[in-house]
Amino acid sequence: MRIKLTVNGEEREAEAADHESLLTVLRESLSLAGSKNACEQGECGSCSVLMDGDLVCACLVLGAAAAGRNVQTVESLSDGEQLHPVQRAFVEAGAVQCGFCTPGLIVATYALLKRNPEPSDQEVREALSGNICRCTGYGKILEAVDRASGAMYRR
Amino acid sequence: MSVHISRDVDDALDNLASRKDATVLAGGTDLLVEINFGRLRPAHIVAIDRVDELKDFSRNGHVRMGALVTYTRMLENDAGSVALQEAARPIGSPQIRNAATIGGNLGTASPAGDTLPVLAALEATVVLRSKKGERRVPFADFITGPKKSVRRPDELIVAAEWDDAGPAQTFMKVGTRNAMVIAVAGLALVVDRRRRRVGVGLGSCGPTIIRATEAERFAAGLLEEAGWDRTHRPSEAAAKEFGRLAAGAAKPIDDVRGTAAYRRHVLAVMGARALARVAAIP
Repeated sequence: MRIKLTVNGEEREAEAADHESLLTVLRESLSLAGSKNACEQGECGSCSVLMDGDLVCACLVLGAAAAGRNVQTVESLSDGEQLHPVQRAFVEAGAVQCGFCTPGLIVATYALLKRNPEPSDQEVREALSGNICRCTGYGKILEAVDRASGAMYRR
Repeated sequence: MSVHISRDVDDALDNLASRKDATVLAGGTDLLVEINFGRLRPAHIVAIDRVDELKDFSRNGHVRMGALVTYTRMLENDAGSVALQEAARPIGSPQIRNAATIGGNLGTASPAGDTLPVLAALEATVVLRSKKGERRVPFADFITGPKKSVRRPDELIVAAEWDDAGPAQTFMKVGTRNAMVIAVAGLALVVDRRRRRVGVGLGSCGPTIIRATEAERFAAGLLEEAGWDRTHRPSEAAAKEFGRLAAGAAKPIDDVRGTAAYRRHVLAVMGARALARVAAIP
Protein backbone atom coordinates (compact mmCIF):
# COMPACT_ATOMS: atom_id res chain seq x y z
CA MET A 1 0.00 0.00 0.00
CA ARG A 2 1.37 3.44 -0.93
CA ILE A 3 1.13 5.98 1.85
CA LYS A 4 1.99 9.65 2.10
CA LEU A 5 3.36 11.06 5.32
CA THR A 6 5.66 13.80 6.54
CA VAL A 7 9.06 12.57 7.66
CA ASN A 8 11.59 14.99 9.10
CA GLY A 9 9.74 17.92 7.60
CA GLU A 10 9.47 16.49 4.09
CA GLU A 11 6.43 15.05 2.36
CA ARG A 12 7.33 11.47 1.55
CA GLU A 13 5.63 8.66 -0.26
CA ALA A 14 6.42 5.19 1.00
CA GLU A 15 5.49 1.59 0.49
CA ALA A 16 3.84 0.05 3.57
CA ALA A 17 3.36 -3.65 2.97
CA ASP A 18 0.60 -5.56 4.74
CA HIS A 19 1.16 -5.77 8.49
CA GLU A 20 4.40 -3.80 8.35
CA SER A 21 5.14 -1.37 11.15
CA LEU A 22 6.12 2.27 10.73
CA LEU A 23 9.59 1.18 11.82
CA THR A 24 9.93 -1.13 8.83
CA VAL A 25 8.58 1.57 6.52
CA LEU A 26 11.15 4.06 7.84
CA ARG A 27 14.06 1.65 7.64
CA GLU A 28 13.30 -0.21 4.44
CA SER A 29 11.09 1.94 2.27
CA LEU A 30 12.60 5.30 3.25
CA SER A 31 16.16 4.09 4.03
CA LEU A 32 16.18 5.82 7.40
CA ALA A 33 18.04 3.19 9.40
CA GLY A 34 18.71 5.35 12.47
CA SER A 35 15.68 3.96 14.29
CA LYS A 36 16.70 0.46 15.35
CA ASN A 37 14.71 -2.74 15.30
CA ALA A 38 15.18 -4.98 18.33
CA CYS A 39 12.27 -6.25 20.38
CA GLU A 40 9.28 -5.40 18.14
CA GLN A 41 7.07 -5.24 21.22
CA GLY A 42 7.63 -1.75 22.59
CA GLU A 43 9.90 -2.96 25.39
CA CYS A 44 13.31 -1.65 24.36
CA GLY A 45 12.70 1.84 22.95
CA SER A 46 15.40 1.56 20.27
CA CYS A 47 12.84 2.52 17.59
CA SER A 48 11.66 5.67 19.42
CA VAL A 49 10.43 8.45 17.12
CA LEU A 50 8.18 11.46 17.50
CA MET A 51 4.78 11.14 15.83
CA ASP A 52 2.76 14.34 15.71
CA GLY A 53 5.09 15.49 18.51
CA ASP A 54 4.59 12.51 20.82
CA LEU A 55 7.34 10.05 21.66
CA VAL A 56 6.24 6.60 20.49
CA CYS A 57 7.72 3.25 19.50
CA ALA A 58 7.70 3.10 15.69
CA CYS A 59 7.41 -0.70 15.94
CA LEU A 60 3.96 -0.29 17.52
CA VAL A 61 2.57 1.96 14.78
CA LEU A 62 1.01 0.20 11.81
CA GLY A 63 2.72 1.58 8.70
CA ALA A 64 -0.42 1.67 6.58
CA ALA A 65 -2.25 3.53 9.35
CA ALA A 66 0.51 6.16 9.60
CA ALA A 67 -0.65 7.90 6.41
CA GLY A 68 -0.84 11.64 6.95
CA ARG A 69 1.18 11.56 10.15
CA ASN A 70 4.11 13.82 10.91
CA VAL A 71 7.10 11.71 11.94
CA GLN A 72 10.43 12.93 13.27
CA THR A 73 13.32 10.48 13.48
CA VAL A 74 16.82 10.67 14.95
CA GLU A 75 18.13 11.61 11.49
CA SER A 76 16.46 15.03 11.81
CA LEU A 77 18.44 16.11 14.85
CA SER A 78 21.89 16.87 13.51
CA ASP A 79 22.48 19.78 11.17
CA GLY A 80 24.67 18.10 8.58
CA GLU A 81 27.90 17.22 10.37
CA GLN A 82 26.93 19.44 13.29
CA LEU A 83 25.63 17.21 16.06
CA HIS A 84 22.58 18.17 18.08
CA PRO A 85 23.50 19.10 21.71
CA VAL A 86 21.87 15.86 22.91
CA GLN A 87 24.01 13.82 20.52
CA ARG A 88 27.15 15.73 21.49
CA ALA A 89 26.40 15.21 25.18
CA PHE A 90 26.09 11.42 24.67
CA VAL A 91 29.48 11.34 22.92
CA GLU A 92 31.17 13.55 25.50
CA ALA A 93 29.77 11.67 28.50
CA GLY A 94 30.79 8.27 27.10
CA ALA A 95 27.13 7.25 27.07
CA VAL A 96 27.60 5.30 23.83
CA GLN A 97 29.13 1.84 23.89
CA CYS A 98 27.78 -0.59 21.31
CA GLY A 99 25.50 2.22 20.15
CA PHE A 100 22.44 0.17 19.30
CA CYS A 101 20.16 1.79 21.88
CA THR A 102 21.65 5.25 21.34
CA PRO A 103 19.32 6.62 18.62
CA GLY A 104 16.27 5.71 20.70
CA LEU A 105 17.76 7.19 23.84
CA ILE A 106 18.68 10.37 22.01
CA VAL A 107 15.16 10.81 20.65
CA ALA A 108 13.69 10.09 24.10
CA THR A 109 16.10 12.58 25.71
CA TYR A 110 15.29 15.17 23.05
CA ALA A 111 11.56 14.66 23.74
CA LEU A 112 12.13 14.98 27.49
CA LEU A 113 14.24 18.15 27.33
CA LYS A 114 11.82 19.85 24.94
CA ARG A 115 9.08 19.41 27.55
CA ASN A 116 11.16 19.69 30.70
CA PRO A 117 14.40 21.71 30.24
CA GLU A 118 15.89 20.85 33.63
CA PRO A 119 14.52 17.50 34.77
CA SER A 120 15.37 16.02 38.16
CA ASP A 121 17.25 12.74 38.31
CA GLN A 122 13.98 10.96 39.10
CA GLU A 123 12.24 12.60 36.13
CA VAL A 124 15.07 11.53 33.81
CA ARG A 125 14.87 7.95 35.04
CA GLU A 126 11.13 7.89 34.52
CA ALA A 127 11.35 9.53 31.08
CA LEU A 128 13.96 7.02 29.89
CA SER A 129 12.34 3.98 31.51
CA GLY A 130 11.21 2.71 28.11
CA ASN A 131 14.72 2.63 26.67
CA ILE A 132 16.89 -0.34 27.48
CA CYS A 133 20.71 -0.20 27.33
CA ARG A 134 22.65 -3.40 27.96
CA CYS A 135 26.14 -1.85 27.94
CA THR A 136 26.46 1.32 29.95
CA GLY A 137 24.68 0.61 33.19
CA TYR A 138 22.85 3.92 32.60
CA GLY A 139 25.18 6.08 34.75
CA LYS A 140 26.80 7.71 31.73
CA ILE A 141 23.42 8.12 30.07
CA LEU A 142 22.08 10.07 33.06
CA GLU A 143 25.22 12.19 32.91
CA ALA A 144 24.67 12.80 29.19
CA VAL A 145 21.11 14.02 29.80
CA ASP A 146 22.39 16.43 32.41
CA ARG A 147 25.08 17.71 30.03
CA ALA A 148 22.56 18.10 27.24
CA SER A 149 20.21 20.04 29.48
CA GLY A 150 23.11 22.30 30.41
CA ALA A 151 24.19 22.82 26.82
CA MET A 152 20.65 23.55 25.65
CA TYR A 153 19.26 25.66 28.47
CA ARG A 154 21.78 26.72 31.13
CA ARG A 155 24.08 29.40 29.88
CA MET B 1 -4.83 -6.51 4.27
CA SER B 2 -6.89 -3.35 3.99
CA VAL B 3 -6.90 -0.39 6.34
CA HIS B 4 -9.66 2.11 6.88
CA ILE B 5 -8.62 5.30 8.66
CA SER B 6 -11.83 6.45 10.32
CA ARG B 7 -12.82 10.12 10.21
CA ASP B 8 -15.40 9.92 12.97
CA VAL B 9 -17.37 7.39 15.01
CA ASP B 10 -20.14 6.97 12.42
CA ASP B 11 -17.57 6.36 9.72
CA ALA B 12 -15.88 3.71 11.90
CA LEU B 13 -19.23 2.07 12.72
CA ASP B 14 -20.25 1.97 9.02
CA ASN B 15 -16.98 0.27 8.27
CA LEU B 16 -17.28 -2.21 11.15
CA ALA B 17 -20.83 -3.08 10.08
CA SER B 18 -19.79 -3.75 6.50
CA ARG B 19 -16.88 -6.05 7.37
CA LYS B 20 -17.38 -9.02 9.67
CA ASP B 21 -13.62 -9.62 9.85
CA ALA B 22 -12.58 -6.14 10.99
CA THR B 23 -10.02 -5.55 13.73
CA VAL B 24 -10.10 -2.23 15.58
CA LEU B 25 -6.80 -0.36 15.94
CA ALA B 26 -6.51 2.33 18.62
CA GLY B 27 -3.08 3.00 20.21
CA GLY B 28 -1.66 -0.19 18.71
CA THR B 29 0.42 -1.17 21.73
CA ASP B 30 -1.29 -4.57 22.04
CA LEU B 31 -2.32 -5.22 18.44
CA LEU B 32 1.04 -4.46 16.83
CA VAL B 33 2.83 -6.90 19.14
CA GLU B 34 0.48 -9.64 17.95
CA ILE B 35 1.05 -8.61 14.32
CA ASN B 36 4.84 -8.24 14.67
CA PHE B 37 5.13 -11.72 16.16
CA GLY B 38 2.93 -13.23 13.46
CA ARG B 39 0.22 -14.29 15.89
CA LEU B 40 -2.42 -12.18 14.15
CA ARG B 41 -2.82 -11.38 10.48
CA PRO B 42 -5.89 -9.14 10.38
CA ALA B 43 -7.55 -9.00 6.96
CA HIS B 44 -9.13 -5.63 7.59
CA ILE B 45 -8.15 -2.95 10.09
CA VAL B 46 -10.37 -0.09 11.21
CA ALA B 47 -8.05 2.58 12.63
CA ILE B 48 -9.84 4.85 15.07
CA ASP B 49 -6.76 6.63 16.42
CA ARG B 50 -7.67 9.98 14.85
CA VAL B 51 -11.33 10.08 15.88
CA ASP B 52 -11.35 13.23 17.99
CA GLU B 53 -14.80 12.71 19.53
CA LEU B 54 -13.42 9.62 21.30
CA LYS B 55 -10.81 11.82 23.01
CA ASP B 56 -13.43 13.78 24.98
CA PHE B 57 -13.14 13.71 28.69
CA SER B 58 -15.69 15.25 31.06
CA ARG B 59 -15.82 15.43 34.86
CA ASN B 60 -18.69 16.93 36.71
CA GLY B 61 -19.42 14.56 39.58
CA HIS B 62 -19.86 11.95 36.88
CA VAL B 63 -16.80 11.06 34.84
CA ARG B 64 -16.98 10.17 31.16
CA MET B 65 -13.63 9.21 29.69
CA GLY B 66 -13.59 8.79 25.91
CA ALA B 67 -12.10 5.52 24.72
CA LEU B 68 -9.11 7.23 23.12
CA VAL B 69 -7.87 9.01 26.24
CA THR B 70 -4.25 7.93 26.60
CA TYR B 71 -2.47 7.19 29.87
CA THR B 72 -0.36 10.31 29.31
CA ARG B 73 -3.52 12.42 29.20
CA MET B 74 -4.84 10.76 32.35
CA LEU B 75 -1.64 11.84 34.09
CA GLU B 76 -1.70 15.40 32.74
CA ASN B 77 -5.29 16.01 33.80
CA ASP B 78 -7.48 15.36 36.77
CA ALA B 79 -8.44 11.88 35.60
CA GLY B 80 -11.57 11.68 37.71
CA SER B 81 -9.96 8.96 39.81
CA VAL B 82 -6.74 9.07 41.81
CA ALA B 83 -6.46 5.27 41.66
CA LEU B 84 -6.71 5.40 37.88
CA GLN B 85 -3.81 7.85 37.78
CA GLU B 86 -1.79 5.63 40.12
CA ALA B 87 -2.47 2.73 37.78
CA ALA B 88 -1.65 4.74 34.65
CA ARG B 89 1.65 6.16 35.86
CA PRO B 90 3.78 3.00 35.78
CA ILE B 91 2.07 1.44 32.74
CA GLY B 92 4.74 0.61 30.17
CA SER B 93 6.93 3.64 29.46
CA PRO B 94 6.39 7.19 28.16
CA GLN B 95 6.32 5.76 24.63
CA ILE B 96 3.56 3.30 25.57
CA ARG B 97 1.60 5.81 27.66
CA ASN B 98 1.58 8.30 24.76
CA ALA B 99 -0.14 5.74 22.53
CA ALA B 100 -2.11 3.32 24.72
CA THR B 101 -5.70 4.16 25.64
CA ILE B 102 -8.34 3.26 28.19
CA GLY B 103 -10.52 1.89 25.39
CA GLY B 104 -7.64 -0.33 24.30
CA ASN B 105 -7.17 -1.66 27.82
CA LEU B 106 -10.89 -2.52 27.87
CA GLY B 107 -10.87 -3.91 24.33
CA THR B 108 -7.93 -6.24 25.01
CA ALA B 109 -9.69 -7.31 28.22
CA SER B 110 -6.55 -8.89 29.64
CA PRO B 111 -6.72 -9.93 33.30
CA ALA B 112 -3.43 -8.01 33.58
CA GLY B 113 -4.81 -4.71 32.24
CA ASP B 114 -3.82 -2.28 34.98
CA THR B 115 -6.70 0.18 34.64
CA LEU B 116 -9.25 -2.60 34.86
CA PRO B 117 -9.13 -3.37 38.63
CA VAL B 118 -9.73 0.36 39.13
CA LEU B 119 -12.72 0.39 36.79
CA ALA B 120 -14.04 -2.67 38.65
CA ALA B 121 -13.63 -0.98 42.05
CA LEU B 122 -15.29 2.20 40.70
CA GLU B 123 -18.22 0.13 39.35
CA ALA B 124 -17.64 1.79 36.01
CA THR B 125 -19.88 1.42 32.98
CA VAL B 126 -18.53 0.55 29.54
CA VAL B 127 -20.30 2.42 26.75
CA LEU B 128 -20.52 0.49 23.48
CA ARG B 129 -21.93 1.82 20.23
CA SER B 130 -22.94 0.21 16.94
CA LYS B 131 -25.13 1.31 14.05
CA LYS B 132 -28.04 -0.14 16.01
CA GLY B 133 -27.44 2.23 18.89
CA GLU B 134 -25.64 2.54 22.18
CA ARG B 135 -25.62 0.11 25.09
CA ARG B 136 -24.18 0.54 28.53
CA VAL B 137 -22.60 -2.50 30.17
CA PRO B 138 -21.62 -2.59 33.84
CA PHE B 139 -17.89 -3.34 34.07
CA ALA B 140 -18.67 -6.50 36.06
CA ASP B 141 -20.48 -7.92 32.99
CA PHE B 142 -18.06 -6.65 30.34
CA ILE B 143 -15.18 -9.14 30.56
CA THR B 144 -16.18 -12.78 30.11
CA GLY B 145 -12.79 -14.53 30.09
CA PRO B 146 -9.10 -13.97 29.42
CA LYS B 147 -9.05 -11.38 26.58
CA LYS B 148 -12.75 -11.92 25.98
CA SER B 149 -15.53 -9.39 26.37
CA VAL B 150 -19.17 -8.89 25.42
CA ARG B 151 -18.20 -6.41 22.67
CA ARG B 152 -19.69 -7.54 19.36
CA PRO B 153 -17.61 -7.22 16.17
CA ASP B 154 -19.85 -4.40 14.92
CA GLU B 155 -19.43 -2.43 18.15
CA LEU B 156 -16.95 0.18 19.22
CA ILE B 157 -16.04 0.93 22.83
CA VAL B 158 -16.73 4.66 22.97
CA ALA B 159 -16.21 5.52 26.65
CA ALA B 160 -15.92 4.43 30.24
CA GLU B 161 -18.06 6.21 32.82
CA TRP B 162 -18.21 6.26 36.58
CA ASP B 163 -19.41 8.39 39.46
CA ASP B 164 -16.65 10.46 41.01
CA ALA B 165 -15.96 8.50 44.19
CA GLY B 166 -13.83 11.13 45.94
CA PRO B 167 -10.15 10.96 46.88
CA ALA B 168 -10.16 7.90 49.19
CA GLN B 169 -8.85 5.36 46.71
CA THR B 170 -5.61 3.74 45.64
CA PHE B 171 -4.06 1.27 43.23
CA MET B 172 -1.03 -0.94 43.86
CA LYS B 173 0.77 -3.54 41.84
CA VAL B 174 3.74 -5.82 42.23
CA GLY B 175 6.25 -6.35 39.44
CA THR B 176 9.96 -6.78 38.89
CA ARG B 177 10.54 -3.06 38.23
CA ASN B 178 8.45 0.11 38.23
CA ALA B 179 8.32 0.51 34.44
CA MET B 180 7.55 -1.92 31.64
CA VAL B 181 6.10 -4.71 33.72
CA ILE B 182 3.06 -6.85 33.40
CA ALA B 183 1.79 -6.95 36.97
CA VAL B 184 2.33 -10.09 39.04
CA ALA B 185 -0.76 -8.94 40.93
CA GLY B 186 -2.63 -5.64 41.22
CA LEU B 187 -5.21 -4.29 43.64
CA ALA B 188 -7.51 -1.26 43.56
CA LEU B 189 -9.41 -0.03 46.60
CA VAL B 190 -12.07 2.67 46.38
CA VAL B 191 -13.87 4.02 49.45
CA ASP B 192 -16.68 6.30 48.33
CA ARG B 193 -17.35 8.07 51.62
CA ARG B 194 -20.36 10.02 50.33
CA ARG B 195 -22.16 7.00 48.88
CA ARG B 196 -20.94 4.70 51.67
CA ARG B 197 -19.56 2.14 49.28
CA VAL B 198 -16.32 0.12 49.12
CA GLY B 199 -14.97 -1.38 45.89
CA VAL B 200 -12.03 -3.80 45.66
CA GLY B 201 -10.75 -4.91 42.25
CA LEU B 202 -7.99 -7.49 41.74
CA GLY B 203 -5.88 -7.88 38.60
CA SER B 204 -3.43 -10.48 37.27
CA CYS B 205 -4.68 -13.12 39.67
CA GLY B 206 -7.44 -14.94 37.80
CA PRO B 207 -8.94 -15.41 34.34
CA THR B 208 -10.68 -12.03 34.58
CA ILE B 209 -10.64 -9.00 36.86
CA ILE B 210 -12.04 -10.08 40.24
CA ARG B 211 -14.15 -8.15 42.73
CA ALA B 212 -13.24 -9.09 46.30
CA THR B 213 -16.76 -8.81 47.71
CA GLU B 214 -16.05 -10.26 51.17
CA ALA B 215 -13.19 -7.82 51.65
CA GLU B 216 -15.53 -5.02 50.52
CA ARG B 217 -18.14 -6.01 53.12
CA PHE B 218 -15.51 -6.26 55.84
CA ALA B 219 -14.12 -2.78 55.04
CA ALA B 220 -17.64 -1.34 54.86
CA GLY B 221 -18.25 -2.71 58.38
CA LEU B 222 -15.06 -1.03 59.64
CA LEU B 223 -16.08 2.27 58.07
CA GLU B 224 -19.58 1.99 59.49
CA GLU B 225 -18.04 1.73 62.96
CA ALA B 226 -15.37 4.41 62.47
CA GLY B 227 -17.72 6.78 60.62
CA TRP B 228 -17.83 7.03 56.82
CA ASP B 229 -16.99 10.72 56.86
CA ARG B 230 -14.00 10.37 59.20
CA THR B 231 -10.44 9.32 58.62
CA HIS B 232 -9.20 6.57 60.86
CA ARG B 233 -6.31 4.24 61.39
CA PRO B 234 -7.44 0.61 61.11
CA SER B 235 -5.87 -1.74 63.65
CA GLU B 236 -3.10 -3.96 62.34
CA ALA B 237 -5.37 -6.97 62.84
CA ALA B 238 -8.19 -5.35 60.84
CA ALA B 239 -5.87 -4.37 57.98
CA LYS B 240 -4.45 -7.90 57.92
CA GLU B 241 -7.92 -9.43 57.88
CA PHE B 242 -8.91 -7.17 54.98
CA GLY B 243 -5.78 -8.31 53.09
CA ARG B 244 -6.56 -11.94 53.86
CA LEU B 245 -10.10 -11.59 52.51
CA ALA B 246 -8.87 -9.78 49.38
CA ALA B 247 -6.32 -12.54 48.70
CA GLY B 248 -8.99 -15.15 49.36
CA ALA B 249 -11.04 -13.87 46.42
CA ALA B 250 -8.17 -14.43 43.96
CA LYS B 251 -8.01 -17.40 41.61
CA PRO B 252 -4.33 -17.24 40.73
CA ILE B 253 -2.23 -19.64 38.69
CA ASP B 254 1.49 -20.38 38.56
CA ASP B 255 3.07 -18.77 35.50
CA VAL B 256 6.33 -17.16 34.35
CA ARG B 257 5.64 -14.01 36.34
CA GLY B 258 4.97 -15.64 39.69
CA THR B 259 3.43 -18.54 41.54
CA ALA B 260 -0.15 -18.68 42.74
CA ALA B 261 1.08 -18.76 46.35
CA TYR B 262 3.21 -15.63 45.83
CA ARG B 263 0.28 -13.83 44.21
CA ARG B 264 -1.95 -14.61 47.22
CA HIS B 265 0.82 -13.43 49.53
CA VAL B 266 1.34 -10.09 47.79
CA LEU B 267 -2.41 -9.47 47.51
CA ALA B 268 -2.70 -9.86 51.28
CA VAL B 269 0.19 -7.44 51.83
CA MET B 270 -1.16 -4.92 49.30
CA GLY B 271 -4.66 -5.21 50.72
CA ALA B 272 -3.51 -4.40 54.25
CA ARG B 273 -1.42 -1.45 53.03
CA ALA B 274 -4.17 -0.16 50.76
CA LEU B 275 -6.72 -0.13 53.56
CA ALA B 276 -4.38 1.71 55.92
CA ARG B 277 -3.58 4.24 53.19
CA VAL B 278 -7.15 4.85 52.06
CA ALA B 279 -8.69 4.97 55.56
CA ALA B 280 -6.41 7.93 56.30
CA ILE B 281 -7.68 9.91 53.27
CA PRO B 282 -10.69 12.14 54.09
